[in-house]
Amino acid sequence: MPDNSFSQFIRRTLARREATLMLLLVVLLVPISIRSPQFLSPKNINTILNDMAILVIVAIGQFYVILSGGIDLSVGSVIAFTGMACGMINESFPQVPVGLLLLVGMGIGAFLGLVNGMLVAYGKIPPIITTLGTMSIFRGMTFLLSKGTWVTAHEMTDSYIALPRTTFLGISYLLWIALFVIAIFYYFSRYTRTGREIYAIGGNPTAAKFVGVNENRTRLVVFLISGTLCGLAGSLWTARYASAVNEMATGFEMQAVAACVLGGVNFSGGAGGIIGVALGTLFLGVVTNALPVIYLSVFWQTFVQGLIVLIALALNTISDQRKTKKLLAQRRA
Amino acid sequence: MQKALLEVHNLTKIFPGIRALDDVHLSILSGEVHALIGENGAGKSTLVKILTGVYIPTSGVIELEGKPIAFKSAIEAQAAGIVAIHQEASMFPELSVTENIYMGHHLRSKRTRKIDWKAMTEHTRVLLAQMQLDIDPDTLVKNLSVAQRHMVEISKALSLDAKLVIMDEPTSALTGREVEDLFRIVRELRDSGKAILFISHKFAEIFEICDYFTVLRDGQYIGEGKVAETNEDAIIQMMIGRSIDQMYPDHKTQMGEKILEVRGLSQLGAFKDVSFDLHRGEILGLFGLVGAGRTEVVRTIFGIDKASSGSMSIDGKPYKPRSPQDAMQRGLALVPEDRQKQGLVLRMSLTHNISLPMLTTLCWKGLVTKNRCEKTYVEKQGNEMEIKAAGYHVDAETLSGGNQQKVVLAKWIGTDPKILILDEPTKGIDVATKAAVHDFVAEMADRGVAVILISSELPEVMGMADRVMVMHEGIQTGFIDRKDLSADLVMRYAIKEIEEKPHA
Repeated sequence: MPDNSFSQFIRRTLARREATLMLLLVVLLVPISIRSPQFLSPKNINTILNDMAILVIVAIGQFYVILSGGIDLSVGSVIAFTGMACGMINESFPQVPVGLLLLVGMGIGAFLGLVNGMLVAYGKIPPIITTLGTMSIFRGMTFLLSKGTWVTAHEMTDSYIALPRTTFLGISYLLWIALFVIAIFYYFSRYTRTGREIYAIGGNPTAAKFVGVNENRTRLVVFLISGTLCGLAGSLWTARYASAVNEMATGFEMQAVAACVLGGVNFSGGAGGIIGVALGTLFLGVVTNALPVIYLSVFWQTFVQGLIVLIALALNTISDQRKTKKLLAQRRA
Repeated sequence: MQKALLEVHNLTKIFPGIRALDDVHLSILSGEVHALIGENGAGKSTLVKILTGVYIPTSGVIELEGKPIAFKSAIEAQAAGIVAIHQEASMFPELSVTENIYMGHHLRSKRTRKIDWKAMTEHTRVLLAQMQLDIDPDTLVKNLSVAQRHMVEISKALSLDAKLVIMDEPTSALTGREVEDLFRIVRELRDSGKAILFISHKFAEIFEICDYFTVLRDGQYIGEGKVAETNEDAIIQMMIGRSIDQMYPDHKTQMGEKILEVRGLSQLGAFKDVSFDLHRGEILGLFGLVGAGRTEVVRTIFGIDKASSGSMSIDGKPYKPRSPQDAMQRGLALVPEDRQKQGLVLRMSLTHNISLPMLTTLCWKGLVTKNRCEKTYVEKQGNEMEIKAAGYHVDAETLSGGNQQKVVLAKWIGTDPKILILDEPTKGIDVATKAAVHDFVAEMADRGVAVILISSELPEVMGMADRVMVMHEGIQTGFIDRKDLSADLVMRYAIKEIEEKPHA
């Protein structure tokens, strides 16, 4: 029955977090654009998207760790270390091409992610403790590497600084890279065995073992992904802000987690998707950029972000509880 | 003579302190439905876990198609063609039906190694159609009913193309029509030459679907035979074996006045309309299969969960517990089923475990406990229970299961309860400690304490209880006095073969 399956399709689409987020975005945009028509100008949209490009890359890494049932608190420090390393390499060896610099950033990030992953998978240290520790260690390593100094714009090559601003088809390279990362990981989540096994490990570790999922390997992989993406984000960060400072990306783990939670990623693991994370990031970007429009100072930014996360988490929990209750009532009518 | 698909000889599995399987034999032919029969604790699940590679046996031989096998993991067993249908515990609630079936062996395109969702969904559709299940393959498992989840698990076994399918209580959550569907599938599997190991407590099902049976009791092989050549009484005799009267302490009922009255107690989704009276000095057995709602009832009486309707009174005065503290104040004590999770603080010393419920009344002077007073108290309670430990300062986790249970009991008798509720007090402990626990329960009753004893072990209920209340899926199905007590009757109530209005 096509009619039946169509209504089913509509119902299922509406039930999805992604649809709710889209709807919320529209609801949010209407009063904002009435108040400030410039908000939806191509220029402002471009600004918001560019602001969010680095965040979405990091949030996707965070997504896999949360999906497996963990959390990565060290993302800000990994960004700082790789960002500093890339800035210093660029300063000392200006002949290194920018593309290679990004690869080096990813390599360093991958190594730091591997450290996290080994500690979690084989050291059996809970992710929150492991990354709380490495958060400090990697930040400390940044200071040791730079000996407390900065890399400033005039010490960096023009081509490196220009990278995020150069456009192709009217879209910045920075945004292209973010879109590319989204596409790759959408494919990874949906069409590779490892991608699916991360869902299994987070959803039900016992059952995952029964069907032959290698738990240690999977836990290692999620931190490897997170580290690599943070490495990429770090090398882009230094270029975008045209400087490498020791304190860069402090507190960035909070925003990455916020984007995931808003995108409907289940905090206990096993549920969520890349599109949701991308929309969650966008939502966060719109709210942050809209604050001045509703005459709230940017000082409110962190406060509002925290509030949104709490509300999103509460909503997730309430809808889960209602579902469980409904099932229980069905079971023993 | 047909060659056996699976042969098990002299299989023994020893856990610290307990022989879960002792020299067990099992022989299953292809194309037969083989019933594995035994009470809870007889060793059925241990045997299943060994066959599916979850446990490694201590000694013994397992042969599949004549070749000896030794599985090191669940995956190896699956690859060899032995698939168990697990309960809900092995599903991924947030993933689709298709993916639950294919997790671990996703279909992939040969060239690109990309997961082939189209093919998997199509195959799932076919599997579900075979099972005559009207479920969309894309539905998330968390949105399915318990029965539907179960059927999906069975579909999964079909997708794995197993030689031996193990079904552990497959019908416990199914309705009549679903059971028929299941049996149709079981017969189809059998006719296609697969072997099925069928575990069930329901005799009607065993006689309907099974060809052959093996009985286990206390981890030992008791016997086997053709289902067509035996009857229910003979099987029950094999399951229970010993003469019940000799095993259990002589408890002379001195039924005193009514202490607890329960009327129409219900909790949405767990149990419905439970009513009974409890008297001083009596042991009320509460029997039912796993999932009957017994634990939920006593949790509600003890104030852990809230009742959705119904009333209770103690000594004629209304009793509406809002927390376990309320219950303890009114003289109740509950020894929970899972002693490791609920009964003990494993990383605390015996002393602190035993004095825990007494902390508000015992040995306090201002803000600090008086150590000597605590010590005297703990030693008195502990000695009464004959706890075997290096001392009262050691952590509870270092003790054997039986001694842990004694610590839990010691902890509660100190509160001098008027009503003592025991939830599966002898589950997983050795025979000697079992006897000690039974003596303890009888002694408490003789002292005038009203006891509610939950047990899944039929002989225990038969041997200990003055009256037995039986539950089935949240409903009180029967109430039996000691003089009418028979294993057969209790079992029939537990599986609800007799429809009778329960009376208090």
